Amino acid sequence: MASIGKIARRTFLVGIAAIAGGAAFGVYMVRKDAPNPLVAGDGEATLNPYILINQDGVTIIAPRAEMGQGVHTTLAALVAEELDVAWDDITVLHGPPAQAYYNQALLGLALPFHHYADSDFQHNLRKNVGMVGKLLNLQVTGGSTSIKDAYDRMRHAGASAREALKLAAANQLGVDAATLRTENSKVIAPDGTEVAYTDLAMAVRDITPPDVDLRAKSTWKYLGKSMPRTDMVAKSTGTAHYAADTKLDALKYATIRMNPRRSGMISYDDSAARDMAGVEAIVDLGDGIGVVASNTWLAMQAAEAVEIEWEPASYPADTEGLLAATRAAFDLEPNSTTRDDGDVTATVEGTEITAEYVVPYLAHATMEPMNATALYTGDALEVWSGNQAPVIVRDKCAEAVGLDPEQVTLHTTMLGGGFGRRGEYDFSVPAAKIAAALPGTPIRMTWSREEDMRHDFYRPAAMAQFRGVVRDGKAQLVDGKIAAQSVTHNSSMRLVGQVPPGPDRGHVEGAADQPYSIPNFRITGHLADLTVPLGFWRSVGNSHNGFFFDTFIDEMAHAAGTDPLQFRLDMARAEHAPSAGVIEAVGEMSNWGSDKPANIGRGIGFTYSFGTPTAEVVEVEDTGNGIRINKCWIACDVGTALDPSIIEAQMVSGAVYGFSAAMQGEVTFSDGAAEQYNFYDYDALRMHNTPAFEVRILETNPHMGGVGEPGTPPAASALGNALFDLTGTRARELPLIKTFDLIL
Amino acid sequence: MPTTLTINGNDQTIDLPDDVPLLWVLRDEVGLTGTKFGCGVAACGACTVHIDGEAVRSCQVALADVWGEVTTIEGLGTPDNMATIQQAWVDHQVAQCGYCQSGQIMNAAALLAQTPNPTDQDIDDAMQGNLCRCGTYPRIRAAIKDAAQRIQEA
Repeated sequence: MASIGKIARRTFLVGIAAIAGGAAFGVYMVRKDAPNPLVAGDGEATLNPYILINQDGVTIIAPRAEMGQGVHTTLAALVAEELDVAWDDITVLHGPPAQAYYNQALLGLALPFHHYADSDFQHNLRKNVGMVGKLLNLQVTGGSTSIKDAYDRMRHAGASAREALKLAAANQLGVDAATLRTENSKVIAPDGTEVAYTDLAMAVRDITPPDVDLRAKSTWKYLGKSMPRTDMVAKSTGTAHYAADTKLDALKYATIRMNPRRSGMISYDDSAARDMAGVEAIVDLGDGIGVVASNTWLAMQAAEAVEIEWEPASYPADTEGLLAATRAAFDLEPNSTTRDDGDVTATVEGTEITAEYVVPYLAHATMEPMNATALYTGDALEVWSGNQAPVIVRDKCAEAVGLDPEQVTLHTTMLGGGFGRRGEYDFSVPAAKIAAALPGTPIRMTWSREEDMRHDFYRPAAMAQFRGVVRDGKAQLVDGKIAAQSVTHNSSMRLVGQVPPGPDRGHVEGAADQPYSIPNFRITGHLADLTVPLGFWRSVGNSHNGFFFDTFIDEMAHAAGTDPLQFRLDMARAEHAPSAGVIEAVGEMSNWGSDKPANIGRGIGFTYSFGTPTAEVVEVEDTGNGIRINKCWIACDVGTALDPSIIEAQMVSGAVYGFSAAMQGEVTFSDGAAEQYNFYDYDALRMHNTPAFEVRILETNPHMGGVGEPGTPPAASALGNALFDLTGTRARELPLIKTFDLIL
Repeated sequence: MPTTLTINGNDQTIDLPDDVPLLWVLRDEVGLTGTKFGCGVAACGACTVHIDGEAVRSCQVALADVWGEVTTIEGLGTPDNMATIQQAWVDHQVAQCGYCQSGQIMNAAALLAQTPNPTDQDIDDAMQGNLCRCGTYPRIRAAIKDAAQRIQEA
């Protein structure tokens, strides 16, 4: 097995077997000015950031984090498809923080066009704007962009490496490279002579990888197929390496306590904690404390025994005050009016309906509580962190301990769930600070679940006011206002120190950008002036706007006397064929419109997000002993389906995440602090109340869409619409448990 | 006073206070990090191990109270020699982030030991204490049924 430690520019120890004699490849013209972070050690060679071949096999360096979405497998398949490497020979490692791994697709999401309507010109413009990501060192896993971003780059890396290997073999065999072919990690000559890639690792170092055309989709062997995930055996045997599993000699264990009101610390008294069993040090972090002990649990016990006086919150102290401040934003000038078709101020004939919706703050609640491991040695810092933004994490850790970024080595491990939470640096920096207080002692810091739950960067509470007019069974007008604190502004200030200019598209995504033809259609976004720490929660703005917008569309369909599926289909057909396609498909899958008993309700939800139109039909049943979700049908159109099993898993996962929040997810505040502590008061779907799923993946979309998030937005509205069908009660507030007797 | 535990067939002498939960003995003292910390209050099941074959939440068992032989995910099978249930997990491509799966597998293994041919209701009852935020439940269910069949045919 290869180790990235030997090939990274700085010492980058992973702790697995070292390589001796290897070559790293890859060439992609656009990126040639971004330095390759991989460099050769003794007896090694490296030509580019994605591929390493040594005597043990092929290692693919993934630029993105594996948090469950299967991205390491599909990134590896992109390379392997062109490189003709045997699947079992592949090892995947996460790359170091580096400009070469910037995410070009992420910034493109911010452009002021409705994504679904992209022309080729606009599609390319998104790519070019995304180049700015290189300047910003934007190595981020998020926005369902990883595969879109890597689709060409990593196939090119594989193709050029393959051709370089053929050239190396041609020199060795004394034949024309054009006569050679490749298969199963070998170069094969016309006479049947085989040269293993592993035996060409040294010879290929001096060869300049040629640029070469990519293979046609019709010839793909790995892409388009469900490949065995490269992390599956490790995750089924307890051997996958998460940051909290980092093993180092003389390791000490730590935990922290920070202000649940999310501001500073006035004073603390650790006299009781200092003498507790196993305690070795209590570290003043400035805005909290760290406890170091011989065991994590002993550290947690002692941390609880520290008396701390916290500063008050900078935002209203309770939920009521926060919602009042959110509501007040409706009266502010809009930050965005990115959809303004026709004239919503004109008098439009028809039946008018209005509705107001509200959704709560939500926590990410990843299974793995926040943690990081760090070792500080005076002139260097090494950090192990499961994170979604390595360059930012490295730089913030460096700043916190007074080192230059070049003195920090960051290992991005497996992530025990991300959902946007691990794009933050708040869980890596305290480990670095505690380690800096104890030079030479490696520190494995783990937060309690309570600390994790109460120090999240939350999905904001949000509200919407909608007015609609229907006539002749169709929508004539939709005028919607969305009010919430801005995730974009809050997180940008924290992560890069400034607010991006222009309208906040994330604030209105899932409503303003929906692919519906409505003659008079306006959506305005209103930003609440609040300072609650917010973050990117799986599908971000779509998570609340999908519920608001699609629920209102359902209400309009009923007001119009039109079947809800047909109502959506009529609006999508005129605007975006792939969206109409998924609505039709989910109707066919669910046998929409068929007879059903009185204790069964069905609802449809639709949201276009992250480039992937996704429709879901939910069937609920009143069991007489509570309502349960029986079944969920999902149809999505991803354009090109690279791994059907992973896409299916992500659609189901996204929907389960959405149902969990819609049914019972709610973070409330009192005295400036979140009132939820653990899974007993912030729970999610479990085995007994998760429905059966059926997923259909369509490929008519002209551009590739993401898969990690699009399953989430339609889940809440589809469920609410099904409950309306069952009960006649329309819930305009989440979580739904406030309105319905759901089986939890 | 040091405590002696039998973990995955090996005797281990542990020098920690009596009230330290088995979870943290395994992870920090013995170095068996396949068993995961999720909640600390028996609300998620990520820390599930076997004591004398019974599935228990190791975050709730104090060191002094460990009443029998401990088996962790590492003792169930290894990457080169997986237990049948682990192979079923791989074949059904269950794991996503994977963090809860050690606990899911240990809990499912105990279920199959007691109930070789579980119904959907049996699976619901046995597995609802194990949380998975990635929502892998449908594949977990399929893998359990498949493993049950393979074990019976073996």
